[in-house]
Amino acid sequence: MVTKLKEVDAVVIGMGWTGSILSRELTKAGLNVVGLERGAMRTPREDFAIPNVRDELKYQHRHELFQDTASETVSVRHARSETALPMRRLGSFLPGNNVGGAGSHWNGATWRRLEADYVLRSHYTEKYGAKAIPADMTIQDFGVTFADMEPYYDKFEKLCGISGQAGNLKGQKIEGGNIFEGPRSDNYPNKPLARNFAATTFETAAKNMGYHPFPQPSANASEAYTNPEGATMGQCVYCGFCERFGCESNAKASPNVNVLPVLLPDPKFELRTHAYVKQLNYDKQAKKVRSVIYVDTRTGEEYEQPAGLVILGAYVFNNTLLMLYSGIGTPYDPVTGKGSVGKNYCYQYTGSGVTVFFEDKETNPFMAAGAFGSVIDDFNSDNFDHSGLGFIGGGHISAGLSNGRPIGTRALPPGSPRWGKGWKQATAKWYRRWFDVSGTACNYAYRDNYLDLDPTYKDALGRPLIRMTFNFKDNDRKIGAFLSQKSADIAKTMNATIVTPPRYKNGDYDLRPYQSTHNTGGTIMGSDPSTSVLNKYLQAWDASNLFVMGASTFPQNQSYNPTGPLGASAYWAANAIVTQYLKSPGPLLHA
Amino acid sequence: MANEKIPRRDFLKAAGAAGATGAAMATGLAACSPEAATTATAAPAAEPEVWLTLNATEAAFTKAAVDTLIPADELTPSGTDVGLATFIDRQLAGGFGNGARLYRQGPFLPGKPELGYQLALSPREFYRAGVEATNEWTKKTYGKEFDRLTPEQREETLKALEAGKAEFAGFSSALFFDALLTLTQEGFFADPMYGGNKNKVAWKMIGFPGLPASYRDEIKTYYNKKYDKEPQSIADFS
Repeated sequence: MVTKLKEVDAVVIGMGWTGSILSRELTKAGLNVVGLERGAMRTPREDFAIPNVRDELKYQHRHELFQDTASETVSVRHARSETALPMRRLGSFLPGNNVGGAGSHWNGATWRRLEADYVLRSHYTEKYGAKAIPADMTIQDFGVTFADMEPYYDKFEKLCGISGQAGNLKGQKIEGGNIFEGPRSDNYPNKPLARNFAATTFETAAKNMGYHPFPQPSANASEAYTNPEGATMGQCVYCGFCERFGCESNAKASPNVNVLPVLLPDPKFELRTHAYVKQLNYDKQAKKVRSVIYVDTRTGEEYEQPAGLVILGAYVFNNTLLMLYSGIGTPYDPVTGKGSVGKNYCYQYTGSGVTVFFEDKETNPFMAAGAFGSVIDDFNSDNFDHSGLGFIGGGHISAGLSNGRPIGTRALPPGSPRWGKGWKQATAKWYRRWFDVSGTACNYAYRDNYLDLDPTYKDALGRPLIRMTFNFKDNDRKIGAFLSQKSADIAKTMNATIVTPPRYKNGDYDLRPYQSTHNTGGTIMGSDPSTSVLNKYLQAWDASNLFVMGASTFPQNQSYNPTGPLGASAYWAANAIVTQYLKSPGPLLHA
Repeated sequence: MANEKIPRRDFLKAAGAAGATGAAMATGLAACSPEAATTATAAPAAEPEVWLTLNATEAAFTKAAVDTLIPADELTPSGTDVGLATFIDRQLAGGFGNGARLYRQGPFLPGKPELGYQLALSPREFYRAGVEATNEWTKKTYGKEFDRLTPEQREETLKALEAGKAEFAGFSSALFFDALLTLTQEGFFADPMYGGNKNKVAWKMIGFPGLPASYRDEIKTYYNKKYDKEPQSIADFS
């Protein structure tokens, strides 16, 4: 029995970054908006209060703020020839839950995608020839350019009070910022954060080698800040409890701090928590979504919410699941290469570097912010010549330490015991005296890395789990070998007591250790309806009143954390909806 | 052998049941325990020894295991004396132990290790199976259960488990060892309110200051300088 509700102008699915931004922009345009969030309310004052927010066991290791894998997870396999098994508990990535989503427990690294990354296939083809791109690598252009997106990056950075140093202001390169970034219309709203020993040591070493270090752009506010919406942030206190935690100082930008205080009081907006969207009712004839079906997770009762406009702003896996489960668009077929829903699932290739240990220094890892430290972009994207390297893409190399929480963050020199007296001695000696120099790389799309529906395993609503077929490829491993060697070369100049041998991921994708919550793809944007799910305004080619937000729209993943690019594209899409779509509802582009 | 263990188990059960009656009983128990006799810095247990979920065999195993993983030395008292058996008992008795946030739908199929835990057991059930399998292995190898081995034999046993060389039915001994080590180190470094890390000994050992309210100025004033403040726990702020 489904209770049918009164139609609203717009329904927004998911109350993370993109859902809260779209809700805000649409209510400002005069629409009545209902926000549906599967989780509960989370307010910083109640839920992120000191001292209990600084509980490493509860938040980091018992996953307090994350998606509950008991009721919803994904199944995973490395290749189509294998049987996928369910990810029974979280490890490699940590999707969010509750109001604020992963935006309440991210670390705050906020980037702008590089100019070449927007036109990736065209760029590499033009510069190195079509043969430089492996035959089974299915990278695509985004259908938009950096210049298109720049005003929206600026808007998102100002919403979040990003702390950083510009490296390219209106075409003028500025030493000390990222000189490889595309031209900015304005500097960051806040100055860079303070620097710790790891950051300054890396910065000096990198500079001496002729590289171009700059402070990690961060949503941890270096100063108290009021954003253009009127929401206020506190100053970061470097508590070292950032990623995986809510912020008690309101110093980390989040939907809860930077958007919801102005959105929730708006009478045009209604938030419904414990509203778990199960399906979109798709009218194939009209190419429209008529309503969404959601389950009240407190009672199990089902509701149908009709809406003129539907914004899908869940996480990557749920965006893709809702499209496939609701029959919108053509599911991707890895054999024929046809279809697009589920195509180009990508991840992040992390951990290519070394650890340095200093017998006579104090790195104080516990004094830290989430997005913290010093970075070089000299080996990222196509910022360097790839001739003869045998791979395309690259990554950024950084040092900084985001925390010293002792259950999870302890490094020991190679060969140290894992337990017993020797382990205690080594841990006591080195806990405060190390940091990583490490590369984080792009992950490009391949024909056989994709998402579809699992034939066996179900979620708590009885729907199939998303099945991930994914493995790292030679292109990733070659980047790993390259970045780990560059990291080692920099580290060797630091006069460290111990520099570990360079390491990178050389085996199969491992679901157990945390790597990054930077899953991308599945509902990708592009300029051709046969190879993308969404047009450049993030409007579904097959449902003109459906707009899909977030990292599921990325045709492939760059080296950077996804929040900056997905925040900017949310504003870009909101602008297209408000200035174009609402005036004349229908497809904004014709195939 | 077998007739030796039964009276001791009965005694432990009786001690557990009577534990709430007072410190005198508990002190007596601590004096009798093998751990107290073999560790250099045995702090007299002032609190009664009670268990939420561990049975007597599991409690004896757990104390012996955490004392092997975290032995008493000049840095800290033993694992048991800093509360790690209590920590493990409480974790296994609660939501985590009973499978909260664990996807438990079948079919349960063996898979590559990279795909993560695939057993049908909750952490509590898995712990029970792991203790049973370890004791079976030590009985076969040394003729005794794990908690009755010498410190050297306990070390040998845990090394065999860690390397996956102890043959367990149904799962790798390394999988159980990793779960045991993870729980032990979680308890050692977690906030003391969970029962381990008593007197913040682990935080003192490494120089982790716990949770001061702010490092806004200290991030600069303690640049490359030892921060030697007394650690603060959640209870200190409450």
